[in-house]
Amino acid sequence: MSYLELENVTKIYPNGTKAVNETSLSISEGELMVFVGPSGCGKSTLLRMIAGLEDITGGVIKLDNREINKVDPSERDVAMVFQNYALYPHMNVFKNLAYGLKNKGESKEEIEKKVNQVAELLEIKEFLLRKPGQLSGGQRQRVAMGRAIVRNPKAFLFDEPLSNLDAKLRGQVRIEIKKLQKQMGVTSVFVTHDQVEAMTLGDRLAVINEGVIEQVGSPIEVYEKPATHFVAEFIGTPQMNFINGKIHSNKFISDGFECSINKDLNDQEVIFGIRPENLKVSTNGSIKIKVDLIEKLGADSIIYGYDKSNNYLCYRENGNTKIKANDEISLEIEDENYHLFDKETKKRLN
Amino acid sequence: MSRIFRTTVSHSILIWGVLLMIVPLWLVFASSTHTNSYIYNEGMQWKIGGEFFENYDRVLNRKGGFTKEITASGIFYNSFIMAFGIASLSVFVSMMAAYSLVYFKTRFSTLFFWLIFITLLVPLELRILPSYQIVSDLNLLNSYAGLILPLSASAIATFFFRQYYRSIPEELLEAAKLDGANSWKFFIDFLVPLSKTMVAAMFIFMFVYGYNQYLWPLIMTTSEKYWTVVMGLKMIYGGNSVDRYTYVILSLIPPVIIIVFLQRLFIQGLFQSK
Repeated sequence: MSYLELENVTKIYPNGTKAVNETSLSISEGELMVFVGPSGCGKSTLLRMIAGLEDITGGVIKLDNREINKVDPSERDVAMVFQNYALYPHMNVFKNLAYGLKNKGESKEEIEKKVNQVAELLEIKEFLLRKPGQLSGGQRQRVAMGRAIVRNPKAFLFDEPLSNLDAKLRGQVRIEIKKLQKQMGVTSVFVTHDQVEAMTLGDRLAVINEGVIEQVGSPIEVYEKPATHFVAEFIGTPQMNFINGKIHSNKFISDGFECSINKDLNDQEVIFGIRPENLKVSTNGSIKIKVDLIEKLGADSIIYGYDKSNNYLCYRENGNTKIKANDEISLEIEDENYHLFDKETKKRLN
Repeated sequence: MSRIFRTTVSHSILIWGVLLMIVPLWLVFASSTHTNSYIYNEGMQWKIGGEFFENYDRVLNRKGGFTKEITASGIFYNSFIMAFGIASLSVFVSMMAAYSLVYFKTRFSTLFFWLIFITLLVPLELRILPSYQIVSDLNLLNSYAGLILPLSASAIATFFFRQYYRSIPEELLEAAKLDGANSWKFFIDFLVPLSKTMVAAMFIFMFVYGYNQYLWPLIMTTSEKYWTVVMGLKMIYGGNSVDRYTYVILSLIPPVIIIVFLQRLFIQGLFQSK
């Protein structure tokens, strides 16, 4: 059942920029939805509209069956974790957590009980009397989380909360957030531009580009069946390979190679996409590349090279590869794992 | 070697600066402890004399002026009230003005700000006649309110508060909003505590500004009961007697008290570092 519902939500800034365009999405109770997209795609704007920090130009946002378009941010019963945490610098951690409860008019004992519970949950009890300036980045992050949790809101909104942490801590906190969210069962929206975060955290992803949701689906769905050329390009590292060509009598034909298509399609111009891990070396492979560069990552190796028509392709192999630069290798497509996109509409065809 | 040299040089500059401040004060103070005739004959003195209590008691408590209505302690009290009133009111007014300029994004807030700012080009001395007219129409001549009100809107303090508020990250306001703070609460719970060093700095500036006023109190007071410190120096204690030294030393005390109390915050406020 839908809990947080966006219907044709649009945001146009006074200077005419369209940040979000007729976006509809429904998020069910307890779900963790990730908005992912490049910077400036409108994902943060969308989140801020849910929070009430940004006016809504058009459309309706409903939370728990109540339209919240005109509701004051404090009345929406949502909590937000900001990118720079936005902790109150002049209050100690206890007061940071208690401030929202105090404004709700809760009693002193009640506040103390709730703050202590949350502090215990997040293991920040020993810092309660410190000011944010005396905490490390990770501890501040916890306090910011605590401030959201303690109010027991209807929805959590996360605005890139991990981007100020170092790589190792980011991994840890990511797991913690996921666990906490499941444990508390609070509907959450998480904004990020980092696709690893998006893939690992989200129950579902909404891939956003230029103010439009390109695809909504589970991480695996999005990865295996990208709905548009943009999604295919954005999700996955190294990036998916793209080769321009055309369909002719159920065969994909490009300058570099040909391959038969398992689906009936009209003759048309297409973009053929294939992920690096879906290629494998084979003596009679149809794609021939000249190796340009090899990245050895330990667990696997990534090999880059040019095909006959100068497409820069990339292929992933397990372990420490024996291929060297300037080798000529032939690759074939594994298990017909390829993606076809219309050249005009950029939509998926197969 | 070079470190010792550097320390020596910098310390000598500092010591020289301290002497530049202290020596004239000491000269005035030492001279204020001699008898009138001694100073008259011998000029200013480096050594302390034996008349300290007599001189200070006389200046503080003898009624002076033409109507014999006011003592120096009364004058200092008047100036303190005036300076304190100007400082408190102008800090309060500027904070509110800066708050509305920065956080209530009305269409013309920048225009309003510059309108306020260019009043710096029109100091009280330039608009003294209309100001007198207004205060007179309000029946505030010869009153503390008349001394304080015309000087209690400060463009420079508004400017400082505005710049400071603009440096506070937007997310803080947003987080507070989500935590249920309305605009008044945000002002009281966030801006006031966050800007307390700035408040201290502005308070001292405005206090000294108010304490040093001469022309305005001169024009708008006709009763000697409302005379202020600079007027007193000119009209009562400016004569050729030892009293002027005593008076000058005494007149330093109120601003020094304010600075001693607010010094720590004042310095932090000038060098905004957290």
